[in-house]
Amino acid sequence: MATHEVTFPVNDPAEILKLRAGDEVVVQGHVIGIRDRTQIRIFDQGVEPPLDLTGAFLLHTAPNVRKIGPGRYEKLCIGTTTSARMVRFTEGLGAQYGVRAICGKGGFPDEAIEPMQRLGMVYFAIVGGAAALETTQIEEIEEVAWEELMPECLWKFRVKDFGPLTVGIDAHGGSLYRDVQERALKKLEDIYARL
Amino acid sequence: MTTVVNDLDAAVEGAAAHLYVWALKDIPRDLRDALADACGRETSVTGQRVLKTILRNVDVAEQERNLVCQDTGIAVYYCRVGEHFPLHPARIYGALKAGTERATVEHPLRSNTVHTLTRENTGPNVGFRVPIVHWDFVPDSDGLDVKCVPKGSGSENMSFLKMCVPADGVTGIKKFVLESVVGAGGKPCPPGIVGVGIGGSADYAMHLAKEAIARPVGTRNADPLVAELEGELYELLNETGIGPMGLGGDVTVLSVHVEHADTHMTLNPVAVNYQCWAARRASAHVSATGSVTYERDA
Repeated sequence: MATHEVTFPVNDPAEILKLRAGDEVVVQGHVIGIRDRTQIRIFDQGVEPPLDLTGAFLLHTAPNVRKIGPGRYEKLCIGTTTSARMVRFTEGLGAQYGVRAICGKGGFPDEAIEPMQRLGMVYFAIVGGAAALETTQIEEIEEVAWEELMPECLWKFRVKDFGPLTVGIDAHGGSLYRDVQERALKKLEDIYARL
Repeated sequence: MTTVVNDLDAAVEGAAAHLYVWALKDIPRDLRDALADACGRETSVTGQRVLKTILRNVDVAEQERNLVCQDTGIAVYYCRVGEHFPLHPARIYGALKAGTERATVEHPLRSNTVHTLTRENTGPNVGFRVPIVHWDFVPDSDGLDVKCVPKGSGSENMSFLKMCVPADGVTGIKKFVLESVVGAGGKPCPPGIVGVGIGGSADYAMHLAKEAIARPVGTRNADPLVAELEGELYELLNETGIGPMGLGGDVTVLSVHVEHADTHMTLNPVAVNYQCWAARRASAHVSATGSVTYERDA
């Protein structure tokens, strides 16, 4: 398993193709915070997102913040939520907006594997609950759009040494979550035979 | 730390406010030890990466005086009210609610509570029937024990109930716990505490599962038969290979806690309530005179 450093947004698809399920990744550059209501607005209500998502790294988050001025916020505690609820937006994010990476916790179900391979996207697993550490890796909240959805707005964060992340699903059809589930279900058959 | 307040309402409100924030920032010793042990025995590369990050995060939370996890959860309190405690539970509930609200506004903490149908936020982590309180009444006592367990949604969403039939026996109970934890995968932030409630009725089994996750990590049920089931489930769940954050590994759960009640001859309910690795809890004792003693290990 290799270790990589990737700066987002990415311009070159090769940056994504070099990543394999299980690899360790540290991220630099910009991260876009997004959540359930943000994506419901984009896809179910058909509202164009006011931030450019081309080559972007999306983070499943609803941060704790303090307002310090019009449209300006400082971080208090920023962590990551369960991704599985938002898997149905994967295809649209890649095909319509050119998103390259989605990061969250707990993984995406298998339905994400095919679109991620076809569209050259990856899913990064962060350590859920490790928000105190994650907050120190976010240098600044640069932009906020759709403040009326607080805290499920569209956030733009500048990050430094964001991670360590694990490639959960790669752009080659590999998924740690599928592999772990398949092995666990086999193991359960052994266990049930012993009960 | 001990504080004395003459007004019992104010004492309980102050205790609730302190416990909520304290639980969110400073996880108990038994949990820190369990996580360090887990890191010591995990052999997978991804599992090691996750557990080292978790331990680093617990330290950073302490240094930065920040929350361990951003999900401030739904505030759950467990109250053991002595029969001679001078404040009626109706007033205790009001004080717990006021304390939750005060902690949320003053810190400030993220407000998570919404109306179930409109999904509109109902205020500073309070709402209709929120916070949630479990009650227990204790004879020959004039004090109040209160424990705050802020429960995150990632783990609460991984709650499962099955009305097994008597013919399913204990094997049916074990299979349901195993399939629940495997099915949950990485979503509830493993390795955590698996709370299991058996017996009673459908609602009471889940109530007991929630009681189980509030116990200190690795404590055993006083009933030897139930304790044996806890030990067996712990070993079996750690054979599944789900691992830290569901990325594969040796440590899938830190502990399994089972609570039981007797049941109807034709019932065999089993409920699973998962608690994430950041199994936050904090406790206090309020005396009849309003003196509050905070207890880390309860």
